[in-house]
Formats: sequence, C-alpha cells, structure tokens
Amino acid sequence: MSLAAGTSSAGWLKWGGFGLLCLVPFAGFSDYILHLAITILIWGTVYTAWSLMGRFGLVSLGHGAFLGIGAYVVTMLWNHAGVTPWLGIPIGVALAVAVALVIGYPCFRLRIKGHYFALVTLALGEVVHMVVVALRDYTGGSLGATPVSNLSSDVTFSLVALQLSDKRWFFYAVLALWLLALWVWRLVDGSMMRYALEAAADDEDAASSVGVRVTRARLTVTVLSAALTALGGIAYGQYQMYINPETVSGIAKSLEIVFAVIAGGMFVRFGPTFGAVFTLLLAEGLRVGFGHQIHGLDLSIYGALLVFFIIFMPNGILGKITDLLAARQGIRRGADVLA
Amino acid sequence: MEFDIFLLEAIINGLLLGGVLALLALGLNIIFGVIDVVWICYAELIMMGMYGIHTTHVEWGWPLALAFAAGIALVAVLGLILHHFVIRPVLSAQPVNQLLVTGGVLFFLQALATLIFGIEFRNLGISLPSFEIGEIFLSRSRIYACLASLAAMVALWVFLKRTFLGTAIRAISQDREIMPLMGVNPRRVYLITSGLGGGLAGLGACLLVLQYDVHPAIGLTFGPITFMICVLGGLGNLLGGFLAAFIFAQFIQVGGFYFEVEWGYVFAFMFFIAMMFARPQGLLGRST
Repeated sequence: MSLAAGTSSAGWLKWGGFGLLCLVPFAGFSDYILHLAITILIWGTVYTAWSLMGRFGLVSLGHGAFLGIGAYVVTMLWNHAGVTPWLGIPIGVALAVAVALVIGYPCFRLRIKGHYFALVTLALGEVVHMVVVALRDYTGGSLGATPVSNLSSDVTFSLVALQLSDKRWFFYAVLALWLLALWVWRLVDGSMMRYALEAAADDEDAASSVGVRVTRARLTVTVLSAALTALGGIAYGQYQMYINPETVSGIAKSLEIVFAVIAGGMFVRFGPTFGAVFTLLLAEGLRVGFGHQIHGLDLSIYGALLVFFIIFMPNGILGKITDLLAARQGIRRGADVLA
Repeated sequence: MEFDIFLLEAIINGLLLGGVLALLALGLNIIFGVIDVVWICYAELIMMGMYGIHTTHVEWGWPLALAFAAGIALVAVLGLILHHFVIRPVLSAQPVNQLLVTGGVLFFLQALATLIFGIEFRNLGISLPSFEIGEIFLSRSRIYACLASLAAMVALWVFLKRTFLGTAIRAISQDREIMPLMGVNPRRVYLITSGLGGGLAGLGACLLVLQYDVHPAIGLTFGPITFMICVLGGLGNLLGGFLAAFIFAQFIQVGGFYFEVEWGYVFAFMFFIAMMFARPQGLLGRST
C-alpha cells in the first residue's frame, strides 16, 4: 500500500521535474542561466557516461580521448570536407567506439585493472591529445578550431551544419542527450549485466567460474560509455563553436571528469549530474566571488575540496545523502520489526 | 643508406634525456614500491621545486648550490606533508581513491603555483655553452643532468643495499604484514620513504630547471610520461624503470627527429599501451 503510494509520488516527481525542465527555456531566464543549464546538461551526460564504467571499478583516466575524438572528427569533417554533422556524428561515435574496443578488449581479456587500467587509459587520452596537437595543419594545434559557421545575423539556424544560435533550441537538444544517458544508465542498472559486473568487480575469478562473461559485459559498458562521451564532446563543440586540445582531451580534462563524478557520487543515477551542477556552481561561484584579479584562487579551493571529498566522502555528496537517508530508514524499519 | 650525423645526435640526446627521465621515475617508483600508492601529482612536486629554486636564486640572490639544496629540502618536506595529511588517511581505502586523491593535489598545486607565481614562463637565465664533438652539438646542461641523475641512482642503490634503513625499506616493500613483527615501524618507514621520494623529485627539479622554463602547467608535460616509465618498467621495479626511461627517451628523440616531437610522444604512448598488453607485469616484472 505504502509502496504503491511511494511509486506514484516518485512518478509525479519524475514527470513534474521533466515538465519543469522543458519549460526552462521559456521561463524568461537570462542567457547566462540558460548557458549554465546547457553546460550542466552536456557535462551531466559525459559524467553519467563515465560512471557507467566507473561504478564497476573500471576507472578510466582517458575519457578525454572519446570526448576529443567526437568533437574533432565532426568539426574536421565539416571544416575540411564539408561533411554535414548528420553524417559526422555517426562517424565520430563509431570511431570512438572502435578505439574503445581496440583498447578495452585486450585490457579486459588480460585483466588489466586498478592502477594499470587507469594508466593505460591515461596513455590513450594523451595519444589523442598529442595527435590533435601534432596534426596542427588541420586541427589548428593548441590554438584550437572553430567549426565554419553557416550562421549570420539573419540566419539563426542551419540544419545542414547543425548550428543553432538560439540557446533555447540547443537546450532541448542537450536535454534529449542527457535523458538518453540517464536511460542507458537505467537499462544497465536494471540488467543482469549489472550483477555480473558487480560480481566481477568484487572477485573476477569467482564470477567467471560461475559462468559470468566478464570480458563481454565490461566491453558492453565501455562501448556505451565511449559512445555517450563522444556525443557529449560533439554537443560541446557544436554549442561552444570552438574546441581546443585542452578543453576536449588531455589528462587535465580526463581528471576533471573523474573528480566531478566523485564529488557527485557515481553509484546513484543522478550523482554524476549532481557532480556537474556542483562543480560548475562552485567554479562559477568562486570565479564571481574572487574574480579574475586573483588568478588561481578558485582552482586552489577546488583542488583542496576534491582532496577533502575523496578522503571524507568517497561516495560523493549525493551518495552520502542517500546513504544517510537509507541508514535512517533502516533504523526506522529496524524499530518497526522490534515493535 | 647514408649515415646521418643528425640521427646520431638525436640518439645521443635520447640517452641524455633517458638519464633525466630515469631519475624522475626513480622517486615515484620507490614510493610505489614501498607504500603502494601512485603520486599522480609527482610532477607537480617537481614544479614546486623548480619554483623554489627560481625564487631563491633569482629573486633572493642565493648562490645556485644553496638554491638547489633549498629546492631539494622544500620538495622533501612537501613529500612528508603530502604523506601525512593526504596519503595516510586513505591508506586503507580503495587503490583508485588513493590514485585520485593525489590527482586532487595535482589541481591544487597547479592552481597554487598560478596564484603565487602567475602564468608567465620563468627561467634561471643561465645558459651553459654547448659541447661539441666532431659535428655533434650537445647541450652541456643535459650532460650534467644525466651525470647527476646517474650519480643519484648509484647513491640510492648503495643506500638501499648497505644501510639498515635501506634494508628495512626493501623488506617492507616485499612483505607489508611480516615486517611490523620484525620490529620495523611501517609508519616511520613510509614517512622516510615519502621524504626520500620528495627529495628525489627535488633533485629532478634541479636538473629540469637548468633546461626548461618553469610554468604552472609544466607538470602535465612530464607527469604522464613519468608514470608510464614506472609502469613499463614494472611499478616498484627500479631497474626496470631505468631501462624503460631510456626506451621512452629514444622514442621521443628519434621519433621527434623523423617527424615532429608530438609524434615522438604519440609513438612512445602507443608503445606503452602495446607493451601493457604484451607484458602487463612490466619489462622486468615477475609474472604472477
């Protein structure tokens, strides 16, 4: 009885929240607020994608590779070959997936994990970063690249270039992407594969001895994660209309992804998105609070907070809150049993 | 094929770079071998050392030798602080959290350097004349750096093999459970190792500051390659790390000679990934 009521109120919350989100662009918020919302949705997608692997102990320090492949393939195809992003997006995602398979298969097959997996993926991220810099004749190297714009003062929308100058429509595009990431998360969360992967994270030998196809399950989440990350990178490039090797690849970006997820919590569905909200608001707050005069202060506080989080809240903020709530409910339930 | 003098120069420069990289990897390796933690922020400690040397020598006018000593001491102390306040609380946490917590320190130190020193490139303003053999020009500071790093490695080897403390450090890296029963205090050994690893990073700072400008992002140039050298050699395996440093340096120099320097790095990293699949335990690691 109470369970049914709980589900329906959760359902109300879900659809109500979704409805409110759809209204955001027309609620009269300033461009700045809309920009924050779009940024949160893009990074929420990427962080959720990362957590698809991270929650099963596959800690990748190279997701910048997938982000970079997605963003650069689409922009380079458009700029140098005139290929529309409608074709560029599948190509970029396919390439990211191919790289994920080429690296993932031997890693999982040879049971490279923990530190070693993290460092192999770190090397992968650096390979993509360096390739982008080395191909500077095409990519602009460290100076970055701008997609050739089809827009002008009276053209606000180009279907073939997939460019929108109106933030409101962009909001809906990234909202759809974010919902896709959450949907994939739920599929994985509710699948048998989840139990297989959790078992494998605990004890791989035991899991495979009872018939869990560990390599296959890990490859599946890796492919999903790489594809969603590449889509996030593409969305970022199309939105910002500027990419450079530091903002879409490289070790610093890859670490940023991991930290935001840790701050939010990688074991709950909205944890990574919460991480995006938290890190963005923190960065913006520190930036607005201290300004550009004191260069580096915001990031110093950010770094110190990260250290603090990992030491004291390894499950993240949202993870900590849900843990606390679960503990309280557990106590109440325990009291019911005793009564 | 005609013999190319510039290729020979690239190979010799690779050997010299290998010596420096070997030293950078040495400190990280000894920390991993003993404490079983990877300091992702290792290269940022080196950066702090470079800033320390720059500040004492250029701003305060200390003689270079004293500035070097101060730089080494500074980083050794930073190593102790890092261990005591950051590593110790997570020693029993998941390995991945140990890796990431030092990543947080990486961001912190990078931002702190920006805060204190700004983003402009700084150098000591010392340029040693280059050294000429036949038609080959070699940088004198690179030769000194390579020699100093070889000397440091020999000294470390003697320390580990010939002293009681060195023996205790090696013993604890082999068996963490038994050594406390033998009267070795692991907390003390961990702290000493962190100071030692920090001191080696400080020495690395002395060698790098002679050749490179210091800026807040310099750690990102040397950090990834240092971890990869350690892993390629077999984490915790000092001799393997030594060998791997020279292999990596050749990839960078010779690859950079034929193409561009970024491609040298790309080849080195791809070689690393391929080797991880071929020999996951590292070049000289024992298979488990």
